[in-house]
Amino acid sequence: MNRHLLSAADLSVEDALRVLDTAEEMSRVADAPVRKLPTLRGRTVVNLFFEDSTRTRISFEAAAKRLSADVINFSAKGSSVSKGESLKDTALTLEAMGADAVVIRHSASGAPHRLAHAGWLHGSVINAGDGTHEHPTQALLDSFTMRRHLRNGKGDLAGVRVAIVGDVLHSRVARSNVLLLATLGASVTLVAPPTLLPVGVEKWPCSISYDLDSVITKVDVVMALRVQLERMSDAFFPSAREYSRRFGLDTVRLARLPDGAIVMHPGPMNRGLEISAEAADGLRSVIVEQVANGVSVRMAVLYLLLAGAPLTDIDYKTLGPS
Amino acid sequence: MGSTQGRMVLDEGDLSRALTRIAHQILERNKGSSGLLLLGIPTRGVQLANRLADLISRIEGFDIPVGTLDVTLHRDDLRLRPSRTLTPTLIPVGGLEGRIVVLVDDVLFSGRTIRAALDAIGDIGRPSAVQLAVLIDRGHRQLPIRADYVGKNLPTAMHEAVKVSLNEIDGEDRVTISEVSGE
Repeated sequence: MNRHLLSAADLSVEDALRVLDTAEEMSRVADAPVRKLPTLRGRTVVNLFFEDSTRTRISFEAAAKRLSADVINFSAKGSSVSKGESLKDTALTLEAMGADAVVIRHSASGAPHRLAHAGWLHGSVINAGDGTHEHPTQALLDSFTMRRHLRNGKGDLAGVRVAIVGDVLHSRVARSNVLLLATLGASVTLVAPPTLLPVGVEKWPCSISYDLDSVITKVDVVMALRVQLERMSDAFFPSAREYSRRFGLDTVRLARLPDGAIVMHPGPMNRGLEISAEAADGLRSVIVEQVANGVSVRMAVLYLLLAGAPLTDIDYKTLGPS
Repeated sequence: MGSTQGRMVLDEGDLSRALTRIAHQILERNKGSSGLLLLGIPTRGVQLANRLADLISRIEGFDIPVGTLDVTLHRDDLRLRPSRTLTPTLIPVGGLEGRIVVLVDDVLFSGRTIRAALDAIGDIGRPSAVQLAVLIDRGHRQLPIRADYVGKNLPTAMHEAVKVSLNEIDGEDRVTISEVSGE
């Protein structure tokens, strides 16, 4: 695995399966009487959040704490960023404090890449969502959840049919999921109005449909995306009601899903817009489980990136017996 | 890397007799199999634990619980090597609480794996006692740890490698010792 996790595209099949398999083991810690491992004792993980987030930040914090790392939470509000401090100066401050990993969420696509490759930090950089670009740990926890439900928690996702529905244009979750699911062998269909598909989407490793009703009878997973009203400056669809009627997950559509199919949503949900309350809370919904799985997957990522030595630093002569 | 050949120290028969003896010693020391639970340390400790459980259940007439314990996350040398892949930890139903846990590993060397195992057990439950069974004790301990049951004490030099091969994984039962080339 690389030193950083910036994009789902950086993960080979072997890397992705290694994260998922490790996450399966990490999930056992949640059931143990002592929900803590000493693995990252003495390491410092900084949560650097320039954008609001509830579940991702808490999830990373819980994951780092279960592995005994020290966690420093940094949010742009109430920090020197609101006084105009640059990303570089913030990074140099974190480096001076000895951050071994920086988990970054930023509204600018590519900010994690800059942080990782500018030479400001010695530690690992984990992308926790950058602009409309990527959110790789969300894709990993989604694949983990699918694998548990559809493949008994083992192997890849070959043959699994996934529909990702809604605001693909503004969604980093959709991009990361398409890339990772393609790596794991699943077939993905994006379903959205043409106005909510990004330019160049025809080159993504997936198919595209504008009609949810024709797709929904042939999938094992249907994932609703949040309509990101805060990122919308233009009118992308005529009205919320029309969007909901054509692309919303409701009881009628859910009834047409094949047996055993699951309903996912990365959260936070706009109940009544892209997903109805009945669909969100129904028996097929694994949305709450996604959150729980997020902790296991992030523990796996932190373990794989941080616990071992960088390959270049290993001196086999001084190792001694294992 | 050690050579694939090396000098044979235990053959199939020796290995089987050693395990049979350990099974009897475990029963003798604990006055039967009540409350016993075997935990194998991956990789080859798992197969050895299964074989010991078979032998004990054959002698006693009923099955005893057997599980596996991955100690990777409790190791003290994680920072010295690339991140390792985890293997499953499977604790039998009922947990470790109040049980006599017998840890099973193939080779006892520095003792660091067993130290990690003891820490891992502490996070899972509180057994009434923990004992250690190993097929080979090759010496060179770096921690104050000893085995309760030993298949064979094998004096070795640091530069030698001990390789335990088991039918389930390697297609044959044998223990060999060889020179490590290089250092």
